[in-house]
Amino acid sequence: MSLFDYTLKQLQDKLHNKEITVSDLVAESYNRINAVDDQVKAFLTLDEEKAKARAEELDKQDGDARSLLYGLPIGIKDNIVTKGLRTTCASQFLDNFTDPLYDATVVEKLQKENTVTIGKLNMDEFAMGSSNENSSYSATRNPWNTDYVPGGSSGGSAAAVAAKEVFFSLGSDTGGSIRQPAAFCGVVGSKPTYGLVSRFGLVAFASSLDQIGPITRTVEDNAHLLQAIVGHDPMDATSADIEIPDYTETLDQGVKGLKIAVPSEYLSEGVNPEVKQAVLEALKVYEDLGATWEEVSLPHSRYAVAAYYLLSSSEASANLARFDGVRYGVRSQQADNMMDMFKRSRSEGFGDEVKRRIMLGTFALSSGYYDAYYKKAQKVRTLIKNDFEKVFEDYDVIVGPTTPTPAFKVGEIIDDPLTMYTNDILTIPVNLAGVPGMSVPCGFSSDGLPIGLQIIGKHFDEATMLRTAYAFEQATDHHKKQPELGGAN
Amino acid sequence: MSNISKEQVRHVAHLARLAISEEEVEKMTKQLDDIIHYAESLNELNTDDVEPTTHVLDLKNVMRKDEPGKWIEKEDALKNAPDKQDGQFRVPSILE
Repeated sequence: MSLFDYTLKQLQDKLHNKEITVSDLVAESYNRINAVDDQVKAFLTLDEEKAKARAEELDKQDGDARSLLYGLPIGIKDNIVTKGLRTTCASQFLDNFTDPLYDATVVEKLQKENTVTIGKLNMDEFAMGSSNENSSYSATRNPWNTDYVPGGSSGGSAAAVAAKEVFFSLGSDTGGSIRQPAAFCGVVGSKPTYGLVSRFGLVAFASSLDQIGPITRTVEDNAHLLQAIVGHDPMDATSADIEIPDYTETLDQGVKGLKIAVPSEYLSEGVNPEVKQAVLEALKVYEDLGATWEEVSLPHSRYAVAAYYLLSSSEASANLARFDGVRYGVRSQQADNMMDMFKRSRSEGFGDEVKRRIMLGTFALSSGYYDAYYKKAQKVRTLIKNDFEKVFEDYDVIVGPTTPTPAFKVGEIIDDPLTMYTNDILTIPVNLAGVPGMSVPCGFSSDGLPIGLQIIGKHFDEATMLRTAYAFEQATDHHKKQPELGGAN
Repeated sequence: MSNISKEQVRHVAHLARLAISEEEVEKMTKQLDDIIHYAESLNELNTDDVEPTTHVLDLKNVMRKDEPGKWIEKEDALKNAPDKQDGQFRVPSILE
C-alpha cells in the first residue's frame, strides 16, 4: 500500500494527527521513483535535495490553518518554468536551460499552498505529440503495460500519477495533451476553460489553445488542485477576470435531472468497439443516477483535426521563433555568421516532429497561402465553436470517449504523422471551442488497458463538469484498479 | 489542389530558419504534401459568410499602466546565455 492510495483529505488528516510527516510523503515519492522510474521514465529532472529540505521545513511549521494541499508531492510537466530548476520541454534545444529566472504563475500558486515539487516530467518535445515518443530524452512508458505508450504530450505527468511516483501533477493541453494521456493511464485529467488558468511561464506552443490543468487519481483531488491554480493573472493578457466558484462545494450534488448530450460523431465507426461499449455502460450509470442523455450532432467535428493542425502549427511556428540560440538554449558551434547560427542551432536542437510543425505553420502563414490555409482554418474554428454553443443551449454537459482507442504500442504509429494526429480527434474540438473537458476512467480493454470517459462543460462551468465526473466515479470502481508495476508495490 | 515542391520546402525552411539536408527535403516534401492534402478537406465547407475566430474569449486589448517596474536584472538575463561578453549577448558576425 502506498501513501498515495489515500485521498488528499485522508492525507491531511494523517498529517494533522501526526501519523505521517511531509518528509514521509516526499520519501514515498523518491523511493517509488527509484523503484520504478527506470521502467516508466516519467521524470526528466529530480529536485530531491531541495524537496527534502522543504519537507523538513514544512514539518516544523504550525499545523493549524494549513492548506488542503500542504506537503503533498507534485510533479510538474517540463514545459512549465520553474525558477532555478532545469526546464527542457523535453528538447535538446533546452538541454542546458538549468537556471530559469522565474516561476510560472501556477508554480507560484502551488508554493503558496505549500506543495512540494518532486521534479520535472517527461513529455513530447515542446508538447507536440500524442505518445511521448517525441521526447528527445527517452519515451515514457504506460504503467499498465510498458510495451504501450502513456499518451501525450503530458505522458510523463499521467504516468507518474498512475505509477504513484507523485501524489498528483500538472500537465498542459493544446489538443488533448492532458485528457488523452489521462485516459491511456487510467487517471483523472482536466483541461480548464481557455483563460481560467494563467499561461504565464508555460512555454507557448499554440497560444490560443494552450491551457495548464491538473492530473490526479480522483475527481475530488482534481477539483482541489484545479482550485489552487485558477484565477486572474495580470502577467497573462488572455487570463479571464471572473469570479471563481468553489469547485468542491458542489461535487456531491449528484446528476439528477442533468441533461447529457452524446455527439453521434463521437460514437461513429472510427471508435473502437470496446471503447464504445465502455461509454454506453457509463451512460447507463448516468441513467441510473437520474440523468438523461440524448444523441446530438457536432457536425463539423470531422474537420477539427485539419483546422487544428493548421492553426496550432502556425502559432507554434511563431512561438518557437524565440529559440534562436542567443539568450538561452544550445548554440551550434558550426556557424560562422548570424544567419547560419540561427539555422544550425535550430536544426540541431529541434526534433523531427517539431521541425515538421514549424514547417507546416510557416507554410500556412506564408505569403500567398495565408488565406487558403490559416484564415480558412480560423473560419472552420468558428463553425466548430458554434456547434458546441448550439448543443449547450439545450444540454448541461457533453459526454463521449476521450480517445477512439485505448493506448497503442510503442513504435506502432510513430512514422505516420497523420494517423498519430487523428488520435486526438475527440479532444481537439474542445480546445478549438475553448470549453473545459476532462477524462475519467470508465473501464478497461480486453488487453487490460484503461479507457477514458470524456466530459465536456460550458465555458467556465467546471463545477458542473466536475460534479458529473464525481457522480460517475462514486458509482463505479474503475478508478480503484491499480497498474501492476514491478518494484515496491 | 496544389502539390508542394522541393523548391517550396527549401524556401519555407529558410523562412523558418531551419537548415535541412537534401534527404530531409525529400522526406519533408512528401510529409508536408500529405498533411496539406488532408488539410484541404476544409475546402468542402463554404465559409464565405463566416467570421474567423482568432480567440475564443471576447477579449479587448488588455492594457496596463505605463509605469516603470522591476524586472529581470542584467546579470540574471545573461545567466543562461550560450555566449556573452561585457554584460551583453555575444553572437557571430552579422555582416559579411
